[in-house]
Amino acid sequence: MSREHRLSGPEPMVITASASVAPAGGPSTTTSLAGGGPAPTPPAEPIEVVRVHVPQRSARSEYRAVKIVWRRELVRFVNDRMRIVTSLVQPFLFLFVLGSGLQQLSAAGTHGVDLKTFIYPGILCMTVMFTAMFSAASIVWDREFGFLREMMVAPVRRSSIVIGKALGGATVATVQGLIVLCLAWAVHIPYSLGLIFGVVGIQVLLAFAITSFGIMVAIRIKQMQSFMGVMQMVVMPMYFISGALFPARGLPTWLTVLNRIDPLAYAVDPMRRLVFSHLQISAAARRVLDPGLSWWGWRMPAILEVAVIAVLGAVMLAIAVAEFSATE
Amino acid sequence: MDVTGTRAITVDNLLKRYGDFEAVKGVSFEVGQGEVFGFLGPNGAGKSTTINMLCTLTRPTSGRAEVAGHDVVSARDDVRRNIGLVFQDPTLDGYLTALQNLRLHAELYGVESALVLPRAKQVLQMVGLWDRRDGVVQTFSGGMRRRLEIARGLMHSPRVLFLDEPTIGLDPQTRRSIWTYIRELQEREQITIFMTTHYMDEAEWCDRIAIMDAGQIVALDAPETLKAGVGTDRVTIQTDDNEAAIAALAADFGVEARIVEGHVTFGVAGGETFVPRLFSEFSVPVTGVSVSRPTLDDVFMSYTGSTIRDAEEDPAKARNRTMMRMMGGARR
Ligand SMILES: Nc1ncnc2c1ncn2[C@@H]1O[C@H](COP(=O)(O)OP(=O)(O)OP(=O)(O)O)[C@@H](O)[C@H]1O
Ligand SMILES: [Mg+2]
Repeated sequence: MSREHRLSGPEPMVITASASVAPAGGPSTTTSLAGGGPAPTPPAEPIEVVRVHVPQRSARSEYRAVKIVWRRELVRFVNDRMRIVTSLVQPFLFLFVLGSGLQQLSAAGTHGVDLKTFIYPGILCMTVMFTAMFSAASIVWDREFGFLREMMVAPVRRSSIVIGKALGGATVATVQGLIVLCLAWAVHIPYSLGLIFGVVGIQVLLAFAITSFGIMVAIRIKQMQSFMGVMQMVVMPMYFISGALFPARGLPTWLTVLNRIDPLAYAVDPMRRLVFSHLQISAAARRVLDPGLSWWGWRMPAILEVAVIAVLGAVMLAIAVAEFSATE
Repeated sequence: MDVTGTRAITVDNLLKRYGDFEAVKGVSFEVGQGEVFGFLGPNGAGKSTTINMLCTLTRPTSGRAEVAGHDVVSARDDVRRNIGLVFQDPTLDGYLTALQNLRLHAELYGVESALVLPRAKQVLQMVGLWDRRDGVVQTFSGGMRRRLEIARGLMHSPRVLFLDEPTIGLDPQTRRSIWTYIRELQEREQITIFMTTHYMDEAEWCDRIAIMDAGQIVALDAPETLKAGVGTDRVTIQTDDNEAAIAALAADFGVEARIVEGHVTFGVAGGETFVPRLFSEFSVPVTGVSVSRPTLDDVFMSYTGSTIRDAEEDPAKARNRTMMRMMGGARR
């Protein structure tokens, strides 16, 4: 039986198919079923079957998997305009409402520096943080809507999927961060290439670390509501303690301790240092507003702080990969 | 079509235990290359669990299985490269378009870039969705999604396609067209198809079926052979006194009847000739009668002693039946 013959048309083909394989004897029910009633949508003209080949696992196939998972996150982000807007509401509220409102109280303590300017680095971090958190939630959605399975059975490493997700979340969060970066002029911060690259660099790193953390949690927690609950419970306190909204100096001891062990503080501090290095302000103001993180009087260099974030991000990603690979 | 040649699937004493509960109790079977093999059974029989083990998603507790020549435990990736999957629950990305879903799949499977579009076109045409390729999946009907999932399962030219209840929840029309696609595709692409269903009538589309009940395979053969094995037509009568009817049937005709869903049911060879005898000789008044050819329900019944629940509400089943209904004692 040649292929041409078999592809001659939908209706006889089906019958041929069943007749040729059905066991001998008796009219086949299959035939009568296919014969009666309106014909199903006929396929297109007989075409040569396009056969594709799935290659052995290789660095290239893993790269393609990472890339497509990453791209999917971006496509979904771009399609979801609501999310772009809603995740910007909170930073805007904090920056302009809280910043302007508290300005009257804090004017005396900020040595003439606008409170909005002071909290701006914290807001840069915040935007990235919340977006990254929501990005990580996509793994919970994917599980809920079944799509996770489609990725789980693909002949690629689980790590490629997790890395693609983490990079996707990080990219999306960074894009949101960039939008907030555009507001620097509104809070009296002059633009410069150094500022932009520095801020973006820290944002990428923070976004990556938070997404990795989120994925790590998301792999364990299978319901959306509990995931959001846990994230709120962990991320909000971390954000408040980090010193994003106040200088980490002269705090009560308990808060100082918490602040020093809060990983987020190590992202907020270099961000603030970077932004403040581009400001023309008095030494007194700088001392009060940008005291830096110090351990027993030793002020940590920014590079070390950034390294802390990078290492934490990498560790959490590794945990996420290990967890994800172990799930059935 | 080589049903006797090389094996696409070999399963040897496969067992899956969840805690103390054995979901699959050591099943063994083989599926030939190019065969359409059906797994038939009621809810909770262990069909999905078996499929999940065969497609490497679940680890067997014990036993062995080879798919497309590769062991499902030790050569997971090789199995995955060679199989296509349509799960029982939907796994499409609803936010993406049909074509984007296929592209994503092709990327995950490392399909050569130049072939992605031609192949996508082919599989989409096969399921009649090429015109809707740019439609967002969320806007698709259940049947369209199912067809898209089948198309996606085929994207990478698998050698074995697993379909877990591909037609669940679809109307009879769509179910039939999906079956037409499946047969057509099996012809065209020469692939082996392993599918599960709990619609009895659908099993007729398979070359061979395994009837599964409570984690065990209770029968395995071609549907025709299984039905022939039952050997009798099914006669169902309505009477005012079922107990008396059963006793009378045993005494007058030597048939063993029982009550199934409120009616007296029994099997006899040559139902058409039996009914006239029944009317002329039977001592208990009969108010209604129906005769049907043996269906897979009867096969199922004869092996498990119970009917498959879901088949009852299935309108398509009526088509398989030769019905003679004489209500209220009316004469021919
Ligand atoms: N992850 C699991 N943990 C515990 N028990 C499970 C798990 N998966 C399946 N089972 C049990 O194994 C049995 C078989 O389930 P399975 O999903 O294989 O049935 P099925 O034949 O596919 O049924 P259905 O027609 O409803 O899809 C069921 O009793 C189910 O409760
Ligand atoms: Mg199932």
